[in-house]
Amino acid sequence: MELNLQELNATEFPVPVELEDNIAITSLSQLYNWGRRNSMWPMLFGLACCAIEMIATASSRFDFSRFGFEVMRATPRQADLMIVSGTVTKKMVVPIVRLYNQMPEPKYVLAMGACASGGGPFKEGYNVVSGMDKYLPVDVYVPGCPPTPQALLYGMIALQRKIDGQSIANGDDVPWYGVGPAEPTPVPVLGPDIIDPRQMDMIRRQAESAARDMGLLGSRELPAITQMVAAKAETAEAVAEAAPADTDALNVVLPTGGTPWAEAEDIREKRRLRALARKALRASRRAAQAEGE
Amino acid sequence: MENLAAAPEQPIETASIDDAVSFLKSNHPDAIKLDDRDGYEGVIVDPDQLLDVARVIRDELGFDYLSSATAVDYLGEGDHMEMVYHAYRTSGGGALVFKAQTDRENPTIPSLTGLWRGADFQEREAWDLYGIRFPGHPNLKRILMWEGFHGHPMRKDWREAYYEEELKPFDSRWPGGHVHRSEEKNVFGKNVSYPTDIDLNRLMDSSETAVYESLGLGVDVERIMDKDGFETNELVVNMGPHHPSTHGVFRMLLTVDGETVTSLEPVMGYLHRNHEKIGERNTYLHNIPFTDRLDYISSMGNNHGYVLAVEQLMSLGRKYNPPTYRCEALRVMMVELSRIVNHLWAIGFWLNDIGAFFTPVLYFIQERERILDFFEAVAGSRMMCNYMRFGGLFGDLPERIKSVANLTNDRVRDYNTMQFLTEMINERIPRTIDELELLLTQNEIVLERSVDVGVLSAEDAINYSAAGPLLRGSGVAYDIRRADPYSIYPELDFDVAVEEEGDMYARYRVRVTELRESVRILRQILPRLEATKDESIWADGKPGAYQPRVPHGEAYGRVENGKGELGYYLVSAGGRGGSSNPWRYHVRAPSFINLTPLGRMSQGYKVADIVGILGSIDIVLGETDR
Amino acid sequence: MYGTGLAKGLLLTLRHFVESYMDDLRYGFRKYHHSTDNFGIRQGTKTKGVITVQYPDEKVAVPERFRFVPFLIVEDEDHPTRAGKDWCTSCGICAKVCPPQCIWIVRGNDPVTGRPVPEPEAFFIDIDICMNCGYCAEYCPFDAIKMDHDYELASYDRTSHHIHDKERLSKPNSYWRSIAPTRAYDEMLVRGTWEHKDAAKEARRGASSARARSSQPAAQAPAATVTAAAPAAEATPESSAAAAPSSAAESPTPWSEDEAKREERRRKALERKARRAAKQG
Repeated sequence: MELNLQELNATEFPVPVELEDNIAITSLSQLYNWGRRNSMWPMLFGLACCAIEMIATASSRFDFSRFGFEVMRATPRQADLMIVSGTVTKKMVVPIVRLYNQMPEPKYVLAMGACASGGGPFKEGYNVVSGMDKYLPVDVYVPGCPPTPQALLYGMIALQRKIDGQSIANGDDVPWYGVGPAEPTPVPVLGPDIIDPRQMDMIRRQAESAARDMGLLGSRELPAITQMVAAKAETAEAVAEAAPADTDALNVVLPTGGTPWAEAEDIREKRRLRALARKALRASRRAAQAEGE
Repeated sequence: MENLAAAPEQPIETASIDDAVSFLKSNHPDAIKLDDRDGYEGVIVDPDQLLDVARVIRDELGFDYLSSATAVDYLGEGDHMEMVYHAYRTSGGGALVFKAQTDRENPTIPSLTGLWRGADFQEREAWDLYGIRFPGHPNLKRILMWEGFHGHPMRKDWREAYYEEELKPFDSRWPGGHVHRSEEKNVFGKNVSYPTDIDLNRLMDSSETAVYESLGLGVDVERIMDKDGFETNELVVNMGPHHPSTHGVFRMLLTVDGETVTSLEPVMGYLHRNHEKIGERNTYLHNIPFTDRLDYISSMGNNHGYVLAVEQLMSLGRKYNPPTYRCEALRVMMVELSRIVNHLWAIGFWLNDIGAFFTPVLYFIQERERILDFFEAVAGSRMMCNYMRFGGLFGDLPERIKSVANLTNDRVRDYNTMQFLTEMINERIPRTIDELELLLTQNEIVLERSVDVGVLSAEDAINYSAAGPLLRGSGVAYDIRRADPYSIYPELDFDVAVEEEGDMYARYRVRVTELRESVRILRQILPRLEATKDESIWADGKPGAYQPRVPHGEAYGRVENGKGELGYYLVSAGGRGGSSNPWRYHVRAPSFINLTPLGRMSQGYKVADIVGILGSIDIVLGETDR
Repeated sequence: MYGTGLAKGLLLTLRHFVESYMDDLRYGFRKYHHSTDNFGIRQGTKTKGVITVQYPDEKVAVPERFRFVPFLIVEDEDHPTRAGKDWCTSCGICAKVCPPQCIWIVRGNDPVTGRPVPEPEAFFIDIDICMNCGYCAEYCPFDAIKMDHDYELASYDRTSHHIHDKERLSKPNSYWRSIAPTRAYDEMLVRGTWEHKDAAKEARRGASSARARSSQPAAQAPAATVTAAAPAAEATPESSAAAAPSSAAESPTPWSEDEAKREERRRKALERKARRAAKQG
């Protein structure tokens, strides 16, 4: 990627035309983002069919190193970008979440292909996770089954554009410019089916109510709760109420009970409060300034 | 041997399948029953005498190669479980099919691992997905799902969380198709369902402990002092599922003594995406694009095996026309091209594993890209070709490989198809193979890394049901294209690649020879394509129906794919008129079964050799885990 | 001699290295220049050396049979009688033949008689499930659904962008003719007309029937073509949250919203600057 100073030159200060190729006046955010987006290191991490197209994108014909995606790192500790290239199974999502937790911030996730975005053709399967975003925050979705190398390159450019839009001054945009340690994403548990710790409370409620209603506590060979609840909830509204489409609403706030993620919840809450306080401070200062004028 | 009247001039170990069956029938009259269901073949064996009969089949009748062992759940079709075995002779010929039936409540069938080690993973899969117990199996635990998962998902009465209907097409799609996402209908918003007695207070993840259990962790008193008197202990090293050299999400547990591997256990299922469960909900036609995603390096070969199996079933019906000559020639051409792609890819990544990081593979990918361009122009997609249909193909070759500008900055290519093919087959691909040999065959580093490493003897290769270059690299000249021919292979002139040594280098040599043989086949295909220019690609002269009905019966279609023997076991149940959805759809995946001898091959070698040995088997996870 | 094999291999890589400059010499260092017509040669069978495609400054155009996500054909806007009308008759074959079952069709009903009309009221394709197999296009008896060639679909939000509704899916017949001229021509030969099959039929039927129907289309055509998603959304309130992808059509690139954010920040910075200047003044 050749150095394009005009691209950086995006503040209100005018640069004389004859100096445009030599001088850039920019904000720290922009300089920082510019450097970061042109040196994204993806993790060398393939899941399924899409991984083959990812290798094709990395190879000499399409060559994503032209965009600074040069160095594929096998260890998550040196990677900035996780390309989820293929079907995410319940068995595999556990290591994937662990890998994500090990990546240093700022970190990005690109869901490559239909499977990683929303389950894909295998969505109905019993061992398939319907979209990586059910567990991790996904920045860019690249549709296709599989996306051609050019479609992936387009997705990567889209990611670069997204990074351009982020700001280090504005801490609320992205989680990693706040203070305090990063909270890890809770690692799912492989029980009778995969269990997301964030949903533990909800699962407990569903299990209790289903067992109470059917009077079926204790026996093993039972239809799944899902079906019972679905049978109970006769109207579509009831189902919609029980399962809001918004995934954030599923992040049930857990009572603090020694779980590893509860602590993270605390930290997150503290950080939020601090960010709010900062915001209020800024606002009051601005108001004082305005009065001074 | 009183039954020699059936085949007086032939010893029984080379007699025909029918003679072999009647030999079994007369020697074990109380254990054997002919399978007389409509469209079925082979014999049904009493499970109590299965081991004896199987021993006779292997030792006396000469069916030394157990190709496939799989379970079928006949819920509502007789209400029993069935294990189906396909045994072949490595000298060639058809299958002896034998089956054992058991009840659904407490299914138990004796393990055949004592006779064929190749049954190991397949029986574990049957336990995992069907819940059949195999007394005598050395390590019967789940293989694709995790230990602790509720239920055995391939049973016909087991329903997944996003269950909609038994069979596709689903009624909710049309005419009142109001869109929804499956997670909106599930209370948890995810693809999960839990048993009602789930105890969240005492929840534990036993999936990992179960994996390590069999390794016998802890101090082994016998081994604590090694031969030199040093106090040492064995170490368990976990490789994968995230590892750059495991070719996907494969995982191995190594027990190492210093740098030397004492045992290796493969752990898989990280890409188990329920191919077979989905396949049994699908219609026959729906399954073709799903087969593309099995061995995603050579999707044409997957298509071929599947359409052959379905065509076998269809030929049981009254109205059936075999595919035309042009169709067969095109199929063979596509399959051979994808074999070239497969072997280039396999050799390239094997070299990555043994240290030639990316230089060779980048050269090979360049050639692969051109073949993919051809696939894209003919079938519509680079990797997921979805090209073959029952009794035909998606389309004939286009006159020109021509692109059309659509997006900004699009650059157009335009080649004559036959000219492109001729130049590829006569110039580019042979040149690439020459370069490959120049670069690698006599390269001292390659020789030192690969000669006498990962040795598998011929007896072991057969006993472990190894297939493809792994089997032929061990000196067994078994290539289905010659041993049990299909399509137009009998009339094509080519040799079966075989090497005696059984090490990594021998497998490499087999692949290089097969590359050259594929080019030889392709050179014979070109004039055949020219000669059949005006022929239809459809057996019936027109495209097939979108929901074909397939007659009642079973079929096992197998092809020699790049990675080895790819087989499809299909059962069409249902009414007299057949059905449009398969009752059982099983894939005999070469990558999966070729991993059975991995532990055996790795013993005694260094940790750094393990990735090379795995690379020399050439697995692809889409097929291993399905 | 030990090492000859290695040396030969190294010479080969050296040859590849030298060859990568041969094209540069051949084209006078204008290899990637837009005006030079060398793309076909560089990507063909005769070339040696570098084959890198300089995406996004140059893109490999895809062949006619290429398949990505499907789209629906509607009659061209300049068609005399059927402008903007769907080719789809909502027969449902594509939904039945779809392997992962990602097509949803609401069949249209005549508001007066209640009988089905050959026109979809709503049509959805979930591209997070679609496997690009091309069956829908292959088995459609009316040539009404085709596989698109536009693969640049990356987005930042799948809930609002990845279920394509009828509005997002519909593209004019002329678009299909432009991306796949030969195939469109072959289909035309089979069909006997460039338009939809029914157009010729209607023309034959003459003016009388057209007059008889003229009252009905006035009531139903706008509902079917202009705001196709609205009736469907009313019919299923629970799905409307997820199925509101019409905003996808408005922003051609996924990053336009971020550009807006940047613009906003810049404006604020200018304001701050103005304030500072005023303070100093």
